[in-house]
Amino acid sequence: MTRKQRRLTMIGGSLAVLAIAAALVLNAMRDSIVFFSTPTMAAEKQIPPGKRFRLGGLVQPGSLVRGDNLAVNFSVADGSATLPVAYKGILPDLFREGQGVVAEGALDASGVFRADTVLAKHDETYMPKDVADALKKQGHWKDDYGAKPGAPAASAPVQGASK
Amino acid sequence: MIAEAGHYALVLALGLALIQSTVPLLGARWGDHALMNVARSTALAQLLFVAASFTALVMLHVVSDFSVVNVFENSHSMKPLLYKITGVWGNHEGSMLLWVSILALFGGLVAAFGNNLPLSLRAHVLAVQGWIAAAFYLFILVTSNPFLRIASPPIEGRDLNPVLQDIGLAVHPPMLYLGYVGFSISFSFAVAALIEGRIDAAWARWVRPWTLMAWIFLTLGIAMGSYWAYYELGWGGWWFWDPVENASLMPWLAGTALLHSAVVMEKRNALKVWTILLSILTFSLSLLGTFLVRSGVLTSVHAFATDPARGVFILLILCLFIGGSLSLYAWRASALKQGGLFAPISREGALVLNNLFLTTACATVFIGTLYPLALEVVTGDKISVGAPFFNLTFGPLFVPLMAAMPFAPLLAWKRGDLLGAAQRLTAAGIAALIAIALLWAWTRGGATFAPLAIGLAVFVIAGALSDLADRTALFRAPLVTAMARARGLPRATWGTAFAHAGVGIALIGIVCETTWNSEYIGSMKPNDVAKVAGYQLKLDGVTQRQGPNFREMIAQFTVSLDGETLRVMTPSKRNFTTRGSSTTEAALLTRGASQLYVSLGETNAEGAIAVRIYHKPLVLLIWWGPVLMAFGGLLSLSDRRLRVGAPKPAKAARALQPAE
Repeated sequence: MTRKQRRLTMIGGSLAVLAIAAALVLNAMRDSIVFFSTPTMAAEKQIPPGKRFRLGGLVQPGSLVRGDNLAVNFSVADGSATLPVAYKGILPDLFREGQGVVAEGALDASGVFRADTVLAKHDETYMPKDVADALKKQGHWKDDYGAKPGAPAASAPVQGASK
Repeated sequence: MIAEAGHYALVLALGLALIQSTVPLLGARWGDHALMNVARSTALAQLLFVAASFTALVMLHVVSDFSVVNVFENSHSMKPLLYKITGVWGNHEGSMLLWVSILALFGGLVAAFGNNLPLSLRAHVLAVQGWIAAAFYLFILVTSNPFLRIASPPIEGRDLNPVLQDIGLAVHPPMLYLGYVGFSISFSFAVAALIEGRIDAAWARWVRPWTLMAWIFLTLGIAMGSYWAYYELGWGGWWFWDPVENASLMPWLAGTALLHSAVVMEKRNALKVWTILLSILTFSLSLLGTFLVRSGVLTSVHAFATDPARGVFILLILCLFIGGSLSLYAWRASALKQGGLFAPISREGALVLNNLFLTTACATVFIGTLYPLALEVVTGDKISVGAPFFNLTFGPLFVPLMAAMPFAPLLAWKRGDLLGAAQRLTAAGIAALIAIALLWAWTRGGATFAPLAIGLAVFVIAGALSDLADRTALFRAPLVTAMARARGLPRATWGTAFAHAGVGIALIGIVCETTWNSEYIGSMKPNDVAKVAGYQLKLDGVTQRQGPNFREMIAQFTVSLDGETLRVMTPSKRNFTTRGSSTTEAALLTRGASQLYVSLGETNAEGAIAVRIYHKPLVLLIWWGPVLMAFGGLLSLSDRRLRVGAPKPAKAARALQPAE
């Protein structure tokens, strides 16, 4: 093989790998990206039952009901709308009424959000960033969240529970 | 007084870094030896002053001087001494000070042990280190000074975030920083080579030990962070594809590629331009990681926009160094001579393939990490790119990489014999097929994917072992000969085998943990028994205890297997009064490489406690793998070839010294 042919082989091989990677990325982008909504946004967008999304907001005070076998029901509110959430499992340490929460799952036919993951963020203010941003945008958030960015030094500041 | 001294030492270190970043360059330009040697003394002096500054901050934390903002916000007089010290880098300001201290440490090491480097190269390398150091000193002094005082000192501090009060997280950031910042050396070498317009095999030989050292620390740092998340966050996950984790994974992937391409450059004088680019990219990704974690951009794009001082400063540093070095690369790279020729099927070809897959995998992580940020800035849409994205992209790219891994060490340089290599891997292939068949029979059509993945892992491990067996002529020659040959084998060869086997071992752990993990989640009252994977866990009772700065609720479980009592496990839940937050302390029972994992949830009104019990088969392999990789790296680092370094210019004085 001449130098040129060798170089062509190399470049061809690299392009092939890059093309495969691009295809993988695009494919994964289509299937595995989850959008974030607050109860208000969920109502506006009319998200169909079964479509996964992340629901964020504040846990409505007084809405937490514990059932048998670690079943939990609570409502997520964002000031103008609320959405009932059903979850089964152990809630993260930082979960509490009146505090921010992010749940991942989908709506069922009766309009209840069936969560399979509940996340709470480790931070002095107990406010997941998506929730804080959304609430700020809607004008329901006064405290200056994020005045001290990056308080925890390193890995995985998100704590969650999933079943 | 201590605070002011520390602050002053930091300012002096900045001054020294500024001298270090200019004077040696002029010296190199004018060919003035005295000026070039300024680099050495300033690098050492800079290390001295920044070390003094760091020590001052540690002292302030140890004596709990709450008149300093940093101590007040992150410490508490009741905190155990260990966490008073480690709390120094558990916050933004302190961790940035640690970052520059490690940078100065590496600069100092090059200055102290770089006597065999050509004078002008050393001057250039240290000058580039000086630029980086100066930029970060400025950052600390302008936006995140850890020595600021409070006008009216409070009596008590606010305490460190309780999840950070843990030995795993105490050691994790320094390890990670040693890795991140260690790559600054290969970056400085690359930029110096571009400035000088000269690069050869000897360059690769100087750079490789530094890269290897940084890589070892980064590997261990990532593994430790993962283990910390596993036992401290209380739900048994060990990798979340969280942006903060990805920030450390990206330099690791690029650094691994760099290690391999530097081998080609050292042995064959090829891939020079690519190796330089990788050196620049690896450190750029380290800087990006620092930016992502430290600017607050991950906490919230809006937090970044409302408190931009720090973020914009790091972003500027990022643009300056990445943009500057890449422009220099574009301008000067063509001046570097092309190296040796090789056929696509050869050791070089295999290492190129390795680089291709590693950098592509790195690029997918990069996209997955930054795409949500970019989208939020551009359209305002919020999305989360989670584990499914990375499993679908990163996974498929790693499969061919691992399948090709055992072949590379068996191929010859320049022109390899793929068929011959395949023949020598027959034993490994058979071992892999047996493993697949056995697992298939055992799980009987359960998971189809897992046996294949384990087969791949077995192939990688057996391939690494058969390479060793091949080189030592084990089974072919008498044992004595094999032993002699094993001793004669370069340590780097052993290192390669261990590191490659480590990858396979980690894969086995990952597959077993995700596929055959069994769990029990439920609420238990005293004397209730939970059954998980054949183990019986009886809840004996719950007790309360007062710790130094927390209250603790401890549950006691008696674990038995087939009626035989094994041990008592005591998971707990700690409540930190100062911050009003609680942490879950999981209890672990290790059986071989498998673990039983118990963590507690909340207690309900009837006194039942929510309990999460996992049986995680072979989970420890996930971390033994990286440890083995790091061990392989260490063996490689101790290789005679790397210790002796590049050919030294013959000097009379040197000849009199005892042999190394």
